[in-house]
Amino acid sequence: MAFRRILSRALVFVVVLGGLWAVWEGYKWLWERTGWSKPFRVDDLTLPHVHSILLQLGKPTSTGDDLWLYLLHSALFTARAAAVGFLFGAAVGFALGVVLAHFDVLRRGVMPYVVASQTIPILALAPIVVRGLGSVSIGGGPPPDWARVAVIAAYLTFFPVTVNTMRGLLSADPWALELMHSYAARGWTTLWKLRVPSALPYIFTALKIAATASVVGAIIGEQTASISNGLGGAILNFNQYYVLEPTDLWATNLFAAMLGIGFFLVVLVAEKVIVHRAPERLV
Amino acid sequence: MSGPGSTPSPSRSLGERIREWLPAVVVFGLGLVAWQWLLPDVLGVEDFLLPRFSDVLGALVDEHHLLLRGAWITLKEAVGGFVLGSGAAIVVALVLARWRPFGDALMPYMIAANAIPIIAFAPITNAWFGILSPWSKVTIAAVLCFFPVLVNTLRGLTSVDPESIELMRSYAASERDVFRRVRIPSSLPYVFSALKVASVLAMIGAVVGDYFGGSLEALGIVVLSAVNLSRYATSWAAILVASIMGIAFYATIAGIERYTLSWHPSVARRAS
Amino acid sequence: MSASEGSVVSIAGLTKVFGNGGVTALQEIDLEIERGEFVSMIGPSGCGKSTLLRIVGDIVEPTEGDVTVNGKPARRARLDRDYGIVFQAPVLYDWRTVAKNIALPLEMGGWDRAKRAARVREMLELVELTGFEKHHPWQLSGGMQQRVSIARALSFSPALLLMDEPFGALDEMTRERLNLELLRIWAETGSTVIFVTHSISEAVFLSTRVVVMSPRPGRVASVVQVDLAQPRTAATREEPRFFELVTEVRESLHATGADEVEETLPAEGEIA
Repeated sequence: MAFRRILSRALVFVVVLGGLWAVWEGYKWLWERTGWSKPFRVDDLTLPHVHSILLQLGKPTSTGDDLWLYLLHSALFTARAAAVGFLFGAAVGFALGVVLAHFDVLRRGVMPYVVASQTIPILALAPIVVRGLGSVSIGGGPPPDWARVAVIAAYLTFFPVTVNTMRGLLSADPWALELMHSYAARGWTTLWKLRVPSALPYIFTALKIAATASVVGAIIGEQTASISNGLGGAILNFNQYYVLEPTDLWATNLFAAMLGIGFFLVVLVAEKVIVHRAPERLV
Repeated sequence: MSGPGSTPSPSRSLGERIREWLPAVVVFGLGLVAWQWLLPDVLGVEDFLLPRFSDVLGALVDEHHLLLRGAWITLKEAVGGFVLGSGAAIVVALVLARWRPFGDALMPYMIAANAIPIIAFAPITNAWFGILSPWSKVTIAAVLCFFPVLVNTLRGLTSVDPESIELMRSYAASERDVFRRVRIPSSLPYVFSALKVASVLAMIGAVVGDYFGGSLEALGIVVLSAVNLSRYATSWAAILVASIMGIAFYATIAGIERYTLSWHPSVARRAS
Repeated sequence: MSASEGSVVSIAGLTKVFGNGGVTALQEIDLEIERGEFVSMIGPSGCGKSTLLRIVGDIVEPTEGDVTVNGKPARRARLDRDYGIVFQAPVLYDWRTVAKNIALPLEMGGWDRAKRAARVREMLELVELTGFEKHHPWQLSGGMQQRVSIARALSFSPALLLMDEPFGALDEMTRERLNLELLRIWAETGSTVIFVTHSISEAVFLSTRVVVMSPRPGRVASVVQVDLAQPRTAATREEPRFFELVTEVRESLHATGADEVEETLPAEGEIA
């Protein structure tokens, strides 16, 4: 029974990927054939063949490595920065969420600004922060590149995790709270045995969003601060030579997509393991 | 929980409202004080990290032509992308909800697609439409909006109570009836919550899309060129403008939500 | 197996199996329900009584057997809107006012505005909720919401009323009051009622006949004729004959082995 499930899922995967490939190549063929220029002219420069992109991965770059290896190193650089920032931001966000859930006055004071942070483009701060940190002296020199980028991932994670932790902690069922009270449970016990488990679904919602945001933030940070090591740097690099070899940039995007999805999947798996929730009921 | 035949709870007194907002106002004041004096003078925070508040205000005033022009261009890109992306997403969601097997099979892929760093495609859209064209940023904003709105609208259309469907079946309702009378109205809260998120994403797409190159007057370029010239006060002023626009855009959507969803218990109870 | 004169619902040899030979919910049910009767179905959880109700309403398909409603096959009866249904949850739509909720089946039946308004007024009088037209469901208590649900079910004067534990979620006193209301409405409209319940006293109080079902696979274990005088009043609950009948039903239930039944989860697609 389970095997059939896996098989049908695999089949859907193949069909979807095949479908996307067909749409891509079909669009390219049709637009090139007719010469339509709306929404944009299609040729090997603007929309290379899928196989061209994949083949390019095997070609060497100016660094000596093959493209896929170069992109892998870049992806790992970005991944490290994003992951460190993500974890740090999540930890601080969780701690602040707990504090805000407990201290009413503090919450009323800080909440509007944390919520407002969800409505402004914080990502826009990336270049300023990364460049700025490049001129700061900590322990005798500016912080390493990956650390400057990690800061962005951290603050992009911090705000949603704070809001959702707080909301989640306060969402505990009042009757469950009374039950805890009847067990003469003290503050910490109630926190860990009831409120935090109630908050986990909310927290993971924020973490899933933050996972992607961290990767995006890391890429933008690298790119705007001209840091050459990560995917952002690769994008900068290949963008300059786009007219000579467009497939390099497309391949970079492929790796960036995989990195984003990868981060998301890690959080998704963690959620499945940690949170045991009734499955979504779709009718 | 309202009792039988009751109207929404009575308005809170002025005193209660002040008490609710006072801490936030105090924090705002403290924040300003910190920005203006504590950080630069006491902690020695350098200009390139965070200029003094008065400096930022000054830049705001001095460069207001530049900033307003940039804001206008960016706003058009953001709204354009928002309308395009959200509109397309709602249409696709309606189709996928109607043909459930497709919708159910594709849902995980749409959720995954939502995790792709779309912004990294900005250089490619620049190649498509030209670096100076607003369309390259509109496309980024639209794609950023598309997946979240699609996933949430689809969820809303399919999260209908099974007994509701049984009820409609007892009225010999067609699929179209079920859609019109049940699925679409009950999906509205989900749709609006997605649109609020999309408004923020559209702003990000428009501003940050420019970081990969754009029209010289767009807000994102203003930020970048100001940073390059070490005119940090100007760059922060531009961010401030972008933030205000972001809040205004979000608030507009929230306002429309409150009007459209006036029947929803959470909205109606808050309206007192 | 033809329907006899005056029978509204005719069930012959009905069997329902869920999930490819997994769970047999109902086995060989034979039942005739005459016009104007009030028939309760009672049995342990999982005995299939709710499934049976839904099969009569053509919301669930039988595996074997014939179901005739109003002299037609169940599907035809549903498409002709020959019955109204009330669930345990009121299943009212938040975005519609009370009046519009009641008018829903009338809208779907193509009634014009004036006729709809008149009918809604009538129904509100019937369930004693005049004055609440413009309220929204969440502003009403549970008991009031159920009354709206009943008004909606009766709005198009169906011959048959199907009720699935409609008062199950309410407190005892509201239940007893609504029981009396329901009997009054039944007498006034002259409809036939099939009523699923967990409560022995409710079943005896309301019905002309009580059908006792056995645990899964559900069969008709016994039928108890309730010969209490009509119209029933609050005093009826204190008559000796009432207690005798309640005891008779309770003993029937025990005889089916009800207290040795293990609670199992419903199979996929099954309704408990």
